[in-house]
Amino acid sequence: MASDALKELQETLPEGVYRMVAELLPEKLSDSKAKEFAKKVADEYGGMKVEAGESVGLVAAESIGEPGTQMTLDTFHFAGVSEMNVTMGLPRIIEILDGRKKLTTPMMEIYLKKPYSEGQDIKKIALMIRETKLHDIATEFSINVADNRIEAQLDLAKMRELGINEAVLAKALKFSAKGVIVDVKGGTLVLKVKAKEGGVSDVFKLKEKLRESFVRGVRGVTQVLPVKKNNEYVILTFGSNLKKVMQYPFVDEARTTTNDIFEIEETLGIEAARQAVIDEVYKVIETQGLNVDIRHLMLVADVMSADGKVKGITRYGVVRDKSSVLARASFETPIKHIINASLYGEVDNLTSVVENVMLNQPVPVGTGLPKLVSKNK
Amino acid sequence: MILTLLRYTCRDCSRILLPTARIEQYCDRLKRLGKDKGPDVMRKKLKDIITASKSSGKCPHCKAKQKKIMLEKPSTFFEDDKRISPIEIRSRFEKLNDGDIELFGLNPAAVRPEWMILTVLPIPPVTMRPSITLETGERSEDDLTHKLGDIVRINQRLFENINAGAPEIIVEDLWDLLQYHITTFFDNDVAQLPPARHRSGQPLKTLSERIKSKEGRIRHNLTGKRTNFSARTVISPDPMLGLSEVGVPDIMAMKLTVPERVTEWNINYLKEFVRKGPKSYPGANYVVRPDGKKKKLTDDTVEASVEELQPGYIVERHLMDGDIAMFNRQPSLHRMSMMCHSVRVLPCKTLRLNPAVCFPYNADFDGDEMNLHIPQTEEARAEAELLTLVGTQMISPRYGLSVIGCIQDAISGNYILSRNDFSMSKSEAIDLLASVGVIDVSKLPKKDTVSGKEIFSVLLPDDFSFSGRSRSREEPDVVIKSGRLVSGVMDKNNLGEGSGLLLRNLHKKYGRQFALDVLGKMFKLGIAVLMKRGFTTALSDTDLPQEAKLQIQGVFQRAEQDVTELVAQYNSGRLDILPGRTLRETLELKILEVLNKARDETGKIVAMNVESYSHTVVMAISGARGTPLNLAQMAGCVGQQALRGKRIENGYNGRTLSCFRRDDLSPEARGFIKSSFKSGLKPAEFFFQSVVGRDALMDTALRTPKSGYLYRRLANALQDLKVEYDETVRDSGGRIVQFVYGEDGIDVSKSEGGVLNIKRVVSEVLEK
Repeated sequence: MASDALKELQETLPEGVYRMVAELLPEKLSDSKAKEFAKKVADEYGGMKVEAGESVGLVAAESIGEPGTQMTLDTFHFAGVSEMNVTMGLPRIIEILDGRKKLTTPMMEIYLKKPYSEGQDIKKIALMIRETKLHDIATEFSINVADNRIEAQLDLAKMRELGINEAVLAKALKFSAKGVIVDVKGGTLVLKVKAKEGGVSDVFKLKEKLRESFVRGVRGVTQVLPVKKNNEYVILTFGSNLKKVMQYPFVDEARTTTNDIFEIEETLGIEAARQAVIDEVYKVIETQGLNVDIRHLMLVADVMSADGKVKGITRYGVVRDKSSVLARASFETPIKHIINASLYGEVDNLTSVVENVMLNQPVPVGTGLPKLVSKNK
Repeated sequence: MILTLLRYTCRDCSRILLPTARIEQYCDRLKRLGKDKGPDVMRKKLKDIITASKSSGKCPHCKAKQKKIMLEKPSTFFEDDKRISPIEIRSRFEKLNDGDIELFGLNPAAVRPEWMILTVLPIPPVTMRPSITLETGERSEDDLTHKLGDIVRINQRLFENINAGAPEIIVEDLWDLLQYHITTFFDNDVAQLPPARHRSGQPLKTLSERIKSKEGRIRHNLTGKRTNFSARTVISPDPMLGLSEVGVPDIMAMKLTVPERVTEWNINYLKEFVRKGPKSYPGANYVVRPDGKKKKLTDDTVEASVEELQPGYIVERHLMDGDIAMFNRQPSLHRMSMMCHSVRVLPCKTLRLNPAVCFPYNADFDGDEMNLHIPQTEEARAEAELLTLVGTQMISPRYGLSVIGCIQDAISGNYILSRNDFSMSKSEAIDLLASVGVIDVSKLPKKDTVSGKEIFSVLLPDDFSFSGRSRSREEPDVVIKSGRLVSGVMDKNNLGEGSGLLLRNLHKKYGRQFALDVLGKMFKLGIAVLMKRGFTTALSDTDLPQEAKLQIQGVFQRAEQDVTELVAQYNSGRLDILPGRTLRETLELKILEVLNKARDETGKIVAMNVESYSHTVVMAISGARGTPLNLAQMAGCVGQQALRGKRIENGYNGRTLSCFRRDDLSPEARGFIKSSFKSGLKPAEFFFQSVVGRDALMDTALRTPKSGYLYRRLANALQDLKVEYDETVRDSGGRIVQFVYGEDGIDVSKSEGGVLNIKRVVSEVLEK
């Protein structure tokens, strides 16, 4: 009997709410109490539901926009570790909601699988992930003009530290520098230009290119930092490349994240990107000591990802997809919108808010929604 | 657009430059693209397709050879090197067939491409370009009129020249000039053209400028509205006012009116107003006849109007106590920035509000002004009262807690009252309670002396139970059992805005009117306690005993030694570098750490030695104002001044100020302030403090427009999302954004801190 009442409750309540009920419910419960309880929870839940017509969008916008004035402009903030600077505060929120592709501080949090998460080879792993370029391990470059050769003195100690041997280096260079014969011997690296033609300046250019050539690691990851977090080692990185990092066998794919929303969208899909938007905005708001309900962030994230692609809240993103011409025109670049609308003969159905404000009519949200016949005057 | 059409259609047969098979192939795809991404993207895609399939330079339909079309911006077209006249372009466009147009993102049902080339120029009527007569009698014409004048003049000259058979060059020049004037008539901001100017050199404001931007037609006139029956002045506090009241100055009340319809039941009542006329309060300013004629009341017309008054007339009477008014303070970032209050007409010249409602408006009384609007119809009044009355807005939709709470003195007062050491005689307590408007004091225990907690409990309803936390960890948890405050103190965590569930639960259980009422009483009680007991903050609150001063000095000495040691390590290169940092950064971080530790230690010393319940400490602990850190800054030391998370950096060559040696890394030379506010700052220290102060000021000034723009964009993007009757969240086009709002359909402003408080429900059920 007790379980009947609760089962019924489970069906009416959304999953998240019921989970809380189950957690807090005392184990022993008499039938009548259970019934009473179920009724009470159902009643309270019913009383808390949103009413039809509620303009949840504007409430969400207010809830995020209003604390914006209280946020600090402090661009950099320590993300838990004093060695790491990450964009925080208002600039970060703007960055996320704009849907910017290039972040000012891309960052990854790489979780590891056991036994690595317990600290085994942590340094070695971290260095494997970091992007290593040729000039990181070479001390000196010289050009042999006569033979069209570039010689580089390798820093063997550093190579050992990074765990790079000659074979790895040769293979990597073959990949990044085509048209060059690579020869690694002892402490020197000799690169012979295959093509017979080519003046000194070309060789010089090649040298500069080679300096920056990629040897090992994950492209874009410029800095790595192993950190102990809740009894396990986590690698924090500067620069982000989720796809590549997830290919390493020691990385725990399930928990590793980045703060680059587009990368998440690309590798993990739109739902993950939506969650990332929520998480990232929430993180900022939390560190600022502000209180904004998660539902507002959900709504914003849902709007940004409703079309299956992450779009920013800008005139090129979400606003452009509005169905009403006047709503678009009232935001930014009105002339452009009006011209395009005239070319296509668009019709405005006056279904959203601004158009009705323009025409001095009640807006179709909230109490403007139900139509009642009444006599004025 | 014209260029695209010219380039990608045949010059002979005016078909699109794509074979028929390909048209069919791409048609659907393009249309879908146009629908998804807008016509701009679609056009671009079409261009790409045509360029890709353009092979021979011949039309796939009629095999005519195509020539290269160039556009010389803004409005001249060339085919190879020959100029094409607008007439010719128009005639080509006329031949375009409807199916092809559609591919270019035009809707053939609505437009024809040849319409893009005007044959006659529509002249806007004079209402759109009024001429102004100055006081001197001079007439000043509108910018548009000037432009039209130019056009007509040049057109006339062109006409004459053509008729007179002038040389081709002159005709062409005039033609271009005419084109220039017409272009600038529409848009005076075209990239390649010099803007047309007045004789004074100021650019003309033509059609497109009239629509654009914040001052343009759309944002200024169409979306922005102006209104009558509104007022604005400086605000000032009045704690004796109810929370949902607003004090309106009497002179304002005599200008603001409420229309009231005369019926046979209220005719005598309204006649009284009319008789008083506009100059004495409460009177009336206008009488409106049933035919809509408005009659102003003056001393001469009063008598006649009183006689004339009969059912059906409307009297615009003065604002009175109990009328409904919308009260607002900019920036209106919230829905709580505009709330409905009931009017109290008061003497003096400021608008008054209860200080407890400052928080939702974000108002203070350093000269803030606020606006008042008087709804004029029954519908408006009903809606204002039901939707925006202060009580209805009490729970914030942002986090589901009360946005109205006690502030400042009210918190200190309640804190002192609810502390265990507070007690007073019963008669005093009754006095106190009576002064805040509590009449029923039967809840006070029948003893001669009553404790503060017991006095506070009088305000609580008998069946109210609550448990919560205090701000300070030393205090026991707040427990309220059946309407009695058993343990814990009342501080900001429980009484303040946006924190704690105490107010939320009161609101939930007893309704908004009651919650507001209790809150108002609590507020007054807090202040009454302070008035009875006396409360101030004094210089002596920051006095320290001699040994504490010595201790603080010791702390400084040790910190200084540590820093010197660090600098020495740095200079000799013995400093361990933190990963990912340079040597210098490491040093800075370590020094900062040492100095902050020193400041914290002085803070502790101050906290230990300062009189434990001095008023300054009470304020800090209860959360009314200030923090223990502020006290430490006054009594102990101000501490390191940090600029963007670093110590103050060199402003001059190698030093922060010219009174220090070059490359001085010592604390004093880098913005550490040893002095306290009480002892006074040294010149250099004062300078460093103002550096940081200015930085904070800059920060605020730069942040406001940034966050304002973010807010505008958010509001614009999300404004038409609403919950439909099927519980889904949709936009104005009917597209579903969420199937259930917030994944559980809970309205935050009806929730308790964003959730359904199951714990409370469980305990309520079990307790029964």
